[in-house]
Amino acid sequence: MSERFFPDGMPPPLADATTLPWWQAAAEHRLVVQRCTACGHTRLPPAPICSECRSEDSDWREVSGRGEVYTYTLVHRPIAAGQELPFVIAVIALEDAGGVRILSNLVDVDPDVLEIGMPVELVWEDMSADLAIPRFRPRQG
Amino acid sequence: MSRPRAHIVGIGESRYTRWGKIGDVTEHALACQAIQRAVADAGLSLDDVDGMASFAEDRNEAIFLAAELGLPALRFANMVWMPGGGGGCAAVANAAMAVETGQAEVVVVYRSLCQGQFFRFGNPVADAGAPTQPAPPTVQQASSLLLASMGFAMPYGLLMAAAAYALPTRRHMHLYGTTSEQLGAIAVTFREHASRNPRAVMGGRPMTLEDHQASPMIADPHRLFDCCLESDGACAVVVTSQERARDLARPPVELLASEQGTPRGYAFGPFTNANVADELYATGACEEMAGRLWGKAGLGPRDVDVAQIYDHFTGCVLMQLEDYGFCKRGEGGPFVESGALAWKGGSLPTNTHGGSLSEAYIHGLNHVVEGVRALRGESTSPVEGAEVCLVTSAACVPSSAVLLGRR
Repeated sequence: MSERFFPDGMPPPLADATTLPWWQAAAEHRLVVQRCTACGHTRLPPAPICSECRSEDSDWREVSGRGEVYTYTLVHRPIAAGQELPFVIAVIALEDAGGVRILSNLVDVDPDVLEIGMPVELVWEDMSADLAIPRFRPRQG
Repeated sequence: MSRPRAHIVGIGESRYTRWGKIGDVTEHALACQAIQRAVADAGLSLDDVDGMASFAEDRNEAIFLAAELGLPALRFANMVWMPGGGGGCAAVANAAMAVETGQAEVVVVYRSLCQGQFFRFGNPVADAGAPTQPAPPTVQQASSLLLASMGFAMPYGLLMAAAAYALPTRRHMHLYGTTSEQLGAIAVTFREHASRNPRAVMGGRPMTLEDHQASPMIADPHRLFDCCLESDGACAVVVTSQERARDLARPPVELLASEQGTPRGYAFGPFTNANVADELYATGACEEMAGRLWGKAGLGPRDVDVAQIYDHFTGCVLMQLEDYGFCKRGEGGPFVESGALAWKGGSLPTNTHGGSLSEAYIHGLNHVVEGVRALRGESTSPVEGAEVCLVTSAACVPSSAVLLGRR
């Protein structure tokens, strides 16, 4: 099991048939974006139709998880019992994902150095054997 | 263009309190009270009401209220399909559309919120309807499209509105140098307006910029005093035709124009979509809609005498001011800091009732009520000779707005 950042009681991911494959990839520690096989447009969150060319055909492309902070908020109210405060919710602009951004958390970060544009990298948090959540931390090295 | 114009002819309110303070009356009974008062204000009878309009997944279904109120025949019952407070002005527009197309003659638009009887909006887990995490934690079936979309927010702890709207606001600060003190200027101005309003929950609680800066951080950059109140209360307005409005008790207020707007790909905004267009991210997402609204009315920002801007969070007010063209993009900070929103001496007196930050949080329908008061000359912070009032609904989500006028 990976390092833990959030308590078990964090709200679970809710998924339907459109979004479940994304969470199944996450469980295997693969961060994916959905790619339209007709026009190549990438999208997140998953959707049944390409918003650019309206094709229904798509596949999943794994990305590196490298990116930079697009925006963030430092939250001082807990969501789950036993949660460390404050915690950071951030939008990450992924660098090799066709311009796609992802909402997630920044962990292992000093709030005083937190800033938009900060380079970050992916870190997986295994909440259980079946559930892994992608989070991000300041890029190391 | 000549067409039958709908008018707002009555307004009504219950008492407004801090959340959880109204326990002796049910939320739907409070809705009935506000509707009764609005109908009485118009000089009409409940026997005249044949339509009801609301928004945001209203718990108080029109068909039940119609039965409780003894309406002779409900011909029109309608609710706006938008999350949260974005649909308040659209509900007024729907009432107007019903009247103007002959589907109903007298439509009440209403909203009642008793957060103590259900849940606090500031309590994010309950608000989102999230199931409890099982042990061991696992992915769960989403019971709706909204929840499947929120599935990409909730595991990260993004359930609280104060955190969601902090995201575009923080980016606005990064792009344009907007400061917490500038956000504070909005809160302080609206609190000052509330000081004259006997209905305002925070009427007796003056606020300085120092108070704002000392208030606890909730979700950076949102301090407590950047966040709207959590309230119990209800309000309603009555919409009818121009013809009928002429003979009624109160000066009618004309609906000059109305618009709804959901930009491309916007969905539930910062909650569910980190991938809205870059040029849209640090905005209230109302700019396109505002352009249509001005065009429809043949008016522009300079024609507005008084505004009631949806103020769930100070940053959302600031970004709306830019969206509607009261200042240029990125200049919202200096604009509000200059005192532009103040009743006394401001170029755009805004939220003359105190807004959701200081009067009450009734999902912004109280802003429509205040818009009517402002044009009747009945506001406790009156703007002399006001003829045009802009009222907006929640921004940073799919939104709506109305332009009200009095000639």
